[in-house]
Amino acid sequence: MAWARNPIALVVAVIVVLIVLMSTVAIVPETKQVVVLRLEKPYRTVNAYKAGEGFGRTNAGPVFRIPFVDRLVWVDKRILDVDLPDEPVLSTDQLRLEIDAYARYRVTDPLRMVVTVGTEERLREQLQPLLRSSLRNELGKRRSSTLLSPERGQVMDNVQDSLQRLASQYGVQIVDVRIKQTELPSGSPLTSALTRMATARRQEAETIKAQGLKDAQIIRANAQAQAAQIYAAAFNKDPKFYDFYRAMQSYRTTFLSPDAKGESQIILSPSNEYLREFTGQR
Amino acid sequence: MVNSSGRDALSGTFHNEPPKSPWGGGSDKDDGNGGGPRNPWSVPPEGRRSRTGSPSALDELWRRARSGGGGGGLPGVPTGARLWLLILAGLLAVWVLYTSIHPIGPREKGVVTFLGRYSGTLDPGIQFTLPAPFQLVDVVDVGNIRTENFPNSGENLMLTGDQNIVDLAYSVRWDVRSASAYVFQIADPRETVRATAESAMRAVISNTTLNEAIGEGRSKIEAEAQVAMQKILDEYGAGIRIQGVAIQKAAAPAQVDDDFKAVTAAQQEAESNRNNANAYAQRVIAASQGEAAEFDKIYEQYKLAPEVTKRRLYYETMEAVLANTNKTIVEAPGVNSYLPLPALRRGNAPADAQDKGVAK
Repeated sequence: MAWARNPIALVVAVIVVLIVLMSTVAIVPETKQVVVLRLEKPYRTVNAYKAGEGFGRTNAGPVFRIPFVDRLVWVDKRILDVDLPDEPVLSTDQLRLEIDAYARYRVTDPLRMVVTVGTEERLREQLQPLLRSSLRNELGKRRSSTLLSPERGQVMDNVQDSLQRLASQYGVQIVDVRIKQTELPSGSPLTSALTRMATARRQEAETIKAQGLKDAQIIRANAQAQAAQIYAAAFNKDPKFYDFYRAMQSYRTTFLSPDAKGESQIILSPSNEYLREFTGQR
Repeated sequence: MVNSSGRDALSGTFHNEPPKSPWGGGSDKDDGNGGGPRNPWSVPPEGRRSRTGSPSALDELWRRARSGGGGGGLPGVPTGARLWLLILAGLLAVWVLYTSIHPIGPREKGVVTFLGRYSGTLDPGIQFTLPAPFQLVDVVDVGNIRTENFPNSGENLMLTGDQNIVDLAYSVRWDVRSASAYVFQIADPRETVRATAESAMRAVISNTTLNEAIGEGRSKIEAEAQVAMQKILDEYGAGIRIQGVAIQKAAAPAQVDDDFKAVTAAQQEAESNRNNANAYAQRVIAASQGEAAEFDKIYEQYKLAPEVTKRRLYYETMEAVLANTNKTIVEAPGVNSYLPLPALRRGNAPADAQDKGVAK
């Protein structure tokens, strides 16, 4: 019953127990891995990444340490990313492209990572220039068309391989390297590209117009040919009668059109066929 | 041990003793509390006071605190200290209740970790776990379909496969397929989705021509981007499902928009030219057919009576023509003017000139 009679002592005791617990036990979540440094010397790792390990079967959980002797370095176990925004790259055909790339990586050897770079922030600082140089080395060997084409996947695999070779020393596995954006830099390259697009469109417009005119002319010519064929088929049955018939039509059109009415003067000779009976010779 | 020895003695005295004996202490269940005063070892000293039922430890504590006789020192101080204890116990109880009961909504899942290690996923409903430091629950909204819009504002220029530039606006809908992977696998899931979407969409666009991108290729681009995104995210094991990619706008950049419209105008113009030509063709062909048919009909009749028909046509035509014109008949060959023809012409000419003058 002593604890009940002296609650302040109890509270103090609880606090002491808590402090001891907190300094001797740490809880490692699924998302973290831990490197234990004993007297600043790497001693062991807890919950280090193993490929294909399911959640719940990892070594996450409480970890014991000796206060003031062990120091825990926490390393993220998840997939992290390093970004490389607006990186200018010059392709072999001297086209300047602005590339926005990123790499996704995971620390798979936390011990090596802690020994070589120490913290996650410094790891990121180290990886960014590595990504930049890998990217430039690989892309600088290519034509700009390759960077914009289906073969880009192969290029990115090469970048990933070369980055992986460099990053292995930090205990890092490169999961993926990708180009987020490939842009022509603003200013004259962009303007000239837009001008090229505009002129290409104007050319297309002219071509379409000319094609339209050409088609129209061909349609007319075909129609005329067809009409001529129809006329010929009909009139060729008796060319002499056609001549006569067409002449009659022509006279009517020439002399009877509303414009010509009353304007024509016709001088007939009595020997005219029309006046044959008029002269009463027969 | 104490109890059992006492009971042995009693059972020796009363064989086949019923549970409710006047001695009380004989019952198996009533070890300690419910027993009668006869058993001095099983009852705490304060328990001799009149009591009913079995009070909890807290009641006991409270009573003792009020009685002031239970502990040493001044009456006020221990009372305060015990109040503190009570408050602490109450807080502890609230904490335990609060952190071990989890209402999981119908569109949610709870990811449970036991001392940091993943131990299971909670389904919708009221779920219970161990209190906080031992089991923690991370509630993930899995039913909610999130939408990411690209770009957030302004133009989003992309290079197409034929080295043109297209202004593309699209959105990606995604939800959580595996709550545990979503929580544990990726540091920043939303940012990952965005980066993946941009990468996949640009890869697809770089395999597409401009005309496809702004024209009929949209649904193909959407489907390809969705597949590519899902593939990348699955490689990460992100536990994210892409529900769909929707292109909101695919157009030429604003600077060259006029020239793109010129193409459309040219198409319209070409089409109208073709239409006019077709109309002309129909007219010409129909006219020729009509004329040919007319000729055929007359020719049919002409063949039956060639001379008569021909003369009839001739006279009809001449009649019609001469009826409407001024006629001059010159009687004999060699005699040039029954009528003074030049004068006639001159007489007409001034009239013409006057007409023209008026017209001018």
